[in-house]
Amino acid sequence: MKNQNISASLLVELLQVQKIDRRQFIQTSGGIAILFSLYPTITVGQGNRRGYPSNFNAYLLIGADGRVSCYTGKIEMGQGIITSLAQMLAEELDVALDQVDMVMGDTLLCPWDGGTTGSRSTKVFGPALRRAGAEARAVLLQLASEKLGIPVEGLMVRNGVVSSKSDPDKSVNYAELAQGRRIERNAESKIKHFSEHKVSGKAIRRSDIRDKVTGAAKFTGDIRLPGMLYARVLRPPSHNAKLKSVDTTTAKSVPGVTVVEQNGLIAVLHEQPDIAERAIDLVKAEYDSPASELNNETVFDHLLNLESEKRPVTEKGDIAGAKRFKTFDEKYYNHYVAHAPIETHTVLVDVKSDMIDVWCSSQTPFRVQEKIADALNVKPEQVHLRTPFIGGGFGGKKSSTEITEAAQLAKITGKPVQIAFTRKEEFFYDAFRPAAVIHARSGIDEKGRITFWDFDHYYPGNRSAEPIYDIPNYRVLSNRASDVHPFDTGAWRGPGSNTNVFAMESHTDVMAWAAGMDPLSFRLKNLTDERMVRVLKAAADQFGKTFFKGPSGKGYGIACTDYLNTYVATIAEVKVDERTGIVTVKRVVSAQDMGEIINPLGAKLQIEGGITMGIGYCLSEEIEFNGGEIFTENFDTYPITRFSWAPVVEAVLIDNPELAPQGCGEPAITTSGAVIANAVSDAIGIRMHTLPMTPERILNAIKTRDKQE
Amino acid sequence: MNETINFTLNGKSVSVSTDSSRSLLWVLRTEFELTGTKYGCGEGLCGSCTVLVNERAVRSCQTLIKSVQSKSVITIEGLSNNGSLHPLQKAFIEHNAVQCGFCTPGMILNAYSLLMENPTATEQEITEGMDDNLCRCGSYKRIVQAIFTATEEMRKGGAR
Repeated sequence: MKNQNISASLLVELLQVQKIDRRQFIQTSGGIAILFSLYPTITVGQGNRRGYPSNFNAYLLIGADGRVSCYTGKIEMGQGIITSLAQMLAEELDVALDQVDMVMGDTLLCPWDGGTTGSRSTKVFGPALRRAGAEARAVLLQLASEKLGIPVEGLMVRNGVVSSKSDPDKSVNYAELAQGRRIERNAESKIKHFSEHKVSGKAIRRSDIRDKVTGAAKFTGDIRLPGMLYARVLRPPSHNAKLKSVDTTTAKSVPGVTVVEQNGLIAVLHEQPDIAERAIDLVKAEYDSPASELNNETVFDHLLNLESEKRPVTEKGDIAGAKRFKTFDEKYYNHYVAHAPIETHTVLVDVKSDMIDVWCSSQTPFRVQEKIADALNVKPEQVHLRTPFIGGGFGGKKSSTEITEAAQLAKITGKPVQIAFTRKEEFFYDAFRPAAVIHARSGIDEKGRITFWDFDHYYPGNRSAEPIYDIPNYRVLSNRASDVHPFDTGAWRGPGSNTNVFAMESHTDVMAWAAGMDPLSFRLKNLTDERMVRVLKAAADQFGKTFFKGPSGKGYGIACTDYLNTYVATIAEVKVDERTGIVTVKRVVSAQDMGEIINPLGAKLQIEGGITMGIGYCLSEEIEFNGGEIFTENFDTYPITRFSWAPVVEAVLIDNPELAPQGCGEPAITTSGAVIANAVSDAIGIRMHTLPMTPERILNAIKTRDKQE
Repeated sequence: MNETINFTLNGKSVSVSTDSSRSLLWVLRTEFELTGTKYGCGEGLCGSCTVLVNERAVRSCQTLIKSVQSKSVITIEGLSNNGSLHPLQKAFIEHNAVQCGFCTPGMILNAYSLLMENPTATEQEITEGMDDNLCRCGSYKRIVQAIFTATEEMRKGGAR
């Protein structure tokens, strides 16, 4: 990452030149090292397998220059942990925030990490980091006590300076204390109570923002190595196409081009990426593509009719015996959605005799390291992967086909090779958010209480699928089958939850309409979880308008969820143009209880960003395909949220510091689909069952409504 | 065909001999190593590659290098003046209007051009003028606020 300072680069040199492992480095270099672990059980296995010390997976160093460096395999992709993690550390250590350097996603410097996913960095890594900071502070206080001849109780710390409480002139700073020391400790000390916090909990602007507004911030595609080549790989027209014949004669005639044809990998390389692009277009290739009848029209029938094994996600009570004043049976449909980060997948590999240098835009740097090691038949430790800034991830930047290809091409050509996906490749190789169907059955009693909830989820993923309401009888089933999708699918910002919450909260409104209750009262009637009630009431207070029984024609919608113990309630107001079917999202209020808040400004940015991004999957984002063929190639046919669509998002942060910090990157977006679908349905008076709600689908719904009337 | 193109780049006279049908984007990124200008879509749909040619925003992925002959090109690296940030850059920082930062250079340069044409742009006019620049992280509202703040600063004479 950008924040690597001189001591970090010295560390690289030491590790490379002396071939020592991290543990030895910590033992032999100056300063104070605190080792800590966040996933003890996982780390042990990984550590042993990789021949690394097994009892820690991150550490901090207090350098002889007084700077504090945190080494973590987590990465920065816009979510802002480069700032919020530094806040947590600075708080425990009592140093100024700008004394902290975050060294992130460097496989040589940073111990193994499973990846930056699932809104877990603050929640899982944060507490471990805090304990390490507290441990470091305790060590430094002890040293200061010895040096100053004052008992620890008589000392105070501010901005990395330890001084006597009674005589501030008697002081020593962290740099002086760390000088010439070789201390290694495991983190065990107690952390501060939140009431003592001065840095953690404060609204702080992104620490990387200056570099990002000046163009100085380096992303993987910005790394330049002497003699490097840019590669373009021949791509099939479809995911299951087989190459029949290939002719590279014309491509070879392009001056300066290198053509590689080896084991099915056909690539052209050039010193200029755009010339390589021209050359690949000159490669003539024929493919056999199997015919398929699976496409946007047939996908939902396909999903519902697959032979599958049904497993309960959760169940309680007796559905058959539940009261049935009114019952409901509805299906909710979601199309394939792409991650579409503005930075496409990019990797740069340089195969040298003793070390393989890699730069990669990945949320899982250690997985990429292994993939490269596998491709080149070397040990993972011989692969030094660095993760520069990542231009958006959203769950999609992991390890795709370009990793192995770049490794092979670098080895074959003997030169550093960069592959950066074109936008078309980015769409083609995206591990899409899966298309899914949720079959919802439920019932209510005369008083509008939900009596049973019987949900059958066809392939969305299980996250957030447990009902949030107090329901005596429920069952949530999840289907498992093979060959569900004709291409890769995977985690997409709030995996499973976007799809599940759309169905769950749409269906809640279906019941509210039938009960003759407004959507707020119906929810409050069926909620007993006080935390959720508080979040929902906070959102409603901020929204400030009265809800009427639906459909009210007002275009108001509500959606709530529990995303891995972060509670969200979102309220939206929309306008639907019944002539064109175009939806305008006018205003969104999103209240969130994520426990203790580390950086309120960063949290708001994630909530605003999530809701804004979510409008796309709700209104316009749909991958067009037939079998393994992907027709969506660029943003003209895959409209994402743009300036003119973006509503005012009012983020309401619930103060709940008694609860340890939970996640924030994903929760808000998981309510986007449901809240806008509910608002649109409230506006037009008929239930929308399919995302995205394109103008065409809305006009069709209006036609259906008019026929019914 | 190779041609020598002479132009002004971030205030300095430069000359490049290259295939004249190449795009400005890749010449900037590889020949001049000005990597603040980003590839996002290659078809002029996202705006990440926006630079200024004679003070007007263009999509560098859709601009041929030969078309900038004798013209002035400014990239994000050339926007600050001797280390002092342009009011737009300052305003982006003030409003924390950045997440991953990949679209940011293009956003700032498109905003620059917009404000050259309409120094008193309202928030609505800013939204319309920025509508073809995409940000996947969803920082749009903060970007609009940042640009609006910059208009005030630039009117006070803070512009370059």
